[in-house]
Amino acid sequence: MSLDEASQPRLARGFRLRQDAARGRTVVLGPERVFEADETALATLALIDGERSVATIIDTLVAQYVAPRAEIAGDVLEMLADLVERGVVTS
Amino acid sequence: MTPPSTQDPLALSLPESATPAPALRAAASVPPPLGLLAELTHRCPLRCPYCSNPIELARQAAELDTATWLRVFREAADLGVLQLHLSGGEPTLRRDLPDLVRGAAEAGLYTNLITSAVTLDAARVNALAEAGLDHVQISFQDADPASADRIGGYAGGHAKKLTAAAAIRAAGLPLTLNAVVHRQNLERLPEMIDLAVALGARRMEVAHVQYYGWALANRDALLPTRAQLDAATATIDSARTCLKGRLTIDYVVPDYHAARPKACMGGWASSVMVVAPTGRALPCHAAESLPNFDFPDVRTHSLAAIWNHSEAFNRYRGTAWMTGPCAGCPNAEIDWGGCRCQAHALTANASNTDPACALSPHHALLATALEHATTTHFTYREPGRPPAR
Ligand code: SF4
Ligand code: SF4
Repeated sequence: MSLDEASQPRLARGFRLRQDAARGRTVVLGPERVFEADETALATLALIDGERSVATIIDTLVAQYVAPRAEIAGDVLEMLADLVERGVVTS
Repeated sequence: MTPPSTQDPLALSLPESATPAPALRAAASVPPPLGLLAELTHRCPLRCPYCSNPIELARQAAELDTATWLRVFREAADLGVLQLHLSGGEPTLRRDLPDLVRGAAEAGLYTNLITSAVTLDAARVNALAEAGLDHVQISFQDADPASADRIGGYAGGHAKKLTAAAAIRAAGLPLTLNAVVHRQNLERLPEMIDLAVALGARRMEVAHVQYYGWALANRDALLPTRAQLDAATATIDSARTCLKGRLTIDYVVPDYHAARPKACMGGWASSVMVVAPTGRALPCHAAESLPNFDFPDVRTHSLAAIWNHSEAFNRYRGTAWMTGPCAGCPNAEIDWGGCRCQAHALTANASNTDPACALSPHHALLATALEHATTTHFTYREPGRPPAR
């Protein structure tokens, strides 16, 4: 369950990303769980597919957002580690 | 059905957000429900003495047909429901279950099957997975097979559940193990957690019995002792720590040793709608026990009209209805005054403060009940045979 830049995370079985039209947002749905995804989370979750490495995901986000790589890497790793701990993401 | 998660399907489940701000509740437009609990049938091979189905069980002939359920699912999705819980009774007794799952998935709903699993084999599991089922929750009555079969009132049931759980994992479906706990199985909570891990469940729900209907009739045989409760809390705490990232444990605490009630369903008609087998729409699955209610029928009313405008759904919404210690209480928007069904069951007035609250003038009833909890005898759930009490 340790996660680093070489990991290839994906949503755990039973979790999926969905538009929530009634509330104008995107959510991650899981068993008895509804997580609201903010913009950063969404950008990351849209990229995880079990193939892309965390390093690739970070590089993609660095190209999209105006922020230093170290900062984005810190945010992404922290968020993914948290989601792994909650069982939403597997790596 | 396996009560407590369904009792509180989403209140448990919103660690991040999604519960509408209290201020919104008073506004003219009602925030839409997040979950629909579809009780497809009351029929069940098991006879759990704490079953959350009503004392008056619906007959098969009175059940909604396939087309009506499918329309209800589409209406629910349009209304803003994200998650559908297919429950019962035993939902797999409905032969149309794969069609219902397919229709719900097509409507965009997240589908969760809540089952005792004694009727599931690999072929049926695969058909459900193929139809688009997202998740399965199996109830276990105990970790010890003999005790489990005794509690469920169904010989050989535990072994069938183990087989079904393996078939579910083999089909790649995620699994939650639900354990309803009480005085006669709490000693084996650690073994039940081990069982969840061994079966490959990623989530476990440990829920103390909620006392109305069948469970109230069996209260003397089910109420846990304070020592059991403290041991269970310690067990859950340490399991959560050492199983972090492997098993998520949701824990529904019991009322009878509490000083504050639970926010039943996250507040009356705030996030979940229940549809009973006969098509009656309810704000919680036990609400049929409440007198003087005219619960709307989904065969003649749209879900949107029921949710937004029916008297039954509006009666205990928000805080304006509160009387006694609840009125003006700083906790009013935290626990919403507790459970209406428990208030009715114990004080004969559904508008009273839930007696689980220490501020309720009826709170002493709970301590008295604990003193009387000495028998091990069960009155099993049986159709057409209301328990004597
Ligand atoms: S008898 Fe048991 S398994 Fe059947 S619906 Fe009731 S609680 Fe669930
Ligand atoms: S008085 Fe009512 S609102 Fe206040 S804590 Fe007790 S149940 Fe909750």
